Amino acid sequence: MLQFFRRALGDILANRFLNTVTVITIALSVLIIGVFALFFINADALMDSWKKGIRIMAYLDSATPEQKISEIKASVERIKGIESVRFISKKEALEQLKSQMTHQSSLFENLKENPLPDAFEIQMAELSRNREDFEAAASRIAALPSVQEVEYGQKWLERFSDMLNLFKAAGYAMGGLFFLAAVFFVANTIRLVIYSRRDEIEIMRLVGASESFIKDPFYIQSLIQGAIGGMIGTGALFAVFRFVTGEWRLEIGNWKLETASNFNFLFSNFHLRFLPSEVLAGILLGSMFVGWLGCYLSLKQFLKL
Amino acid sequence: MSFDIYENEFVFITGPSGAGKTTLMKLLYLGEPVSEGQIVVDGFNLSRISRKRIPMLRRKFGIIFQDYKLIPTKNVFDNIALALEAAGTKSRLVGKKVRSVLRTVGMEGKLKSFPPGLSGGEQQRIAVARAIAGDPRIIIADEPTGSLDAESAKVIFGLLKSFHERGGTVIVATHDTELIRKTGGRVILLEQGRLQSSTLIPKPA
Repeated sequence: MLQFFRRALGDILANRFLNTVTVITIALSVLIIGVFALFFINADALMDSWKKGIRIMAYLDSATPEQKISEIKASVERIKGIESVRFISKKEALEQLKSQMTHQSSLFENLKENPLPDAFEIQMAELSRNREDFEAAASRIAALPSVQEVEYGQKWLERFSDMLNLFKAAGYAMGGLFFLAAVFFVANTIRLVIYSRRDEIEIMRLVGASESFIKDPFYIQSLIQGAIGGMIGTGALFAVFRFVTGEWRLEIGNWKLETASNFNFLFSNFHLRFLPSEVLAGILLGSMFVGWLGCYLSLKQFLKL
Repeated sequence: MSFDIYENEFVFITGPSGAGKTTLMKLLYLGEPVSEGQIVVDGFNLSRISRKRIPMLRRKFGIIFQDYKLIPTKNVFDNIALALEAAGTKSRLVGKKVRSVLRTVGMEGKLKSFPPGLSGGEQQRIAVARAIAGDPRIIIADEPTGSLDAESAKVIFGLLKSFHERGGTVIVATHDTELIRKTGGRVILLEQGRLQSSTLIPKPA
């Protein structure tokens, strides 16, 4: 086994340029696939957090008498799929807005009367956080007397999710393409090594070398290529991730200041996360598989024993 | 054609170029597949042998070629060591074995030399050392002296003879009748792929 490693390492050193190109191809593929994985894992997590935070806002007619409010609240609570209903008085809403927009507080000083309506903040039960239930609940709430307007982010979320699925398809296609390219590069490297060592292989055959004695060093070599490529790729991915997250937080911070309170839930309490260790291990194994597969195909085609 | 070669025989296969000497030799160690007929080597039926067992068959042979077939990028020691390792010799025994066979062929001083730096005769002695290193029962040599001068050829034949004297079977393809006469043994004459004759030439006194 040790001598196989020595032979494999010797081959790698003897074909430094070719091996470097192969390792870089694998690393690049891992990087591209990793970027997609990172994007999807975070986008899914973000969607989840949005879905959790998503709620229906029902704004009441300004003429609604106070004593009717609890009655309306009760009828909202009876609607299927609704978990909780919280009343937000116009006074409370204005206070909230003021506290969120401290920098623009001068705007509010000149207000003669509160322009905001009374509202209900309605949370849907976990199981009902899908388009149909949202739409059904929203239309029933809208039909209640004194409810002037119903707002919810579900529609927008669906559109976002459709877009995400499109991205995912593109991601799979790119991933597949790079996978093939990486396999091709490994196969090609191995082919050239076979070619450069054909006399030696011929001699080994004639002295009675077993198939594995001849083939194992090639497999070891390509597994090493895959592992190194995988490590470089994930390392680069981590560097990119660090770079991007450093930038993003600022932007999110800026956006937060400018967006209305309704949108705060979008990014609040959400942190971009790096790939979980299972996925990283999977990527590393995957890149070693690329090495193995490239080697297997090349040996099958070019090494006739 | 049909013939037998017995254990501890010294057999020459001879005939004009294109008679099928090399093909016949290759068939013995399955350098070429057996498509018709039957060949049995020490219990292996070569037309029915499984791929997995071919290496086991080849370990019974030590094979010597006209062009030596040494690996030019490896030194003498590594050339022989690789062959031993490939044939499954335990790595701790390899070094000792390599030195011992190099002594047998009188090349122990060239351990670290690379084949391209050696003369043809020296390279062929290394090839003989590699062939006998695995303790084969049979040596197959295809024109082993075809590119050597008379002096070197004599040395190589000397080595083959001493392998034979220690109980080994030797099969040599050659058209050097002079060497055949000087060595003695059974001569199988091929012509156009057919067995012409099989005659015993006595060992010279």
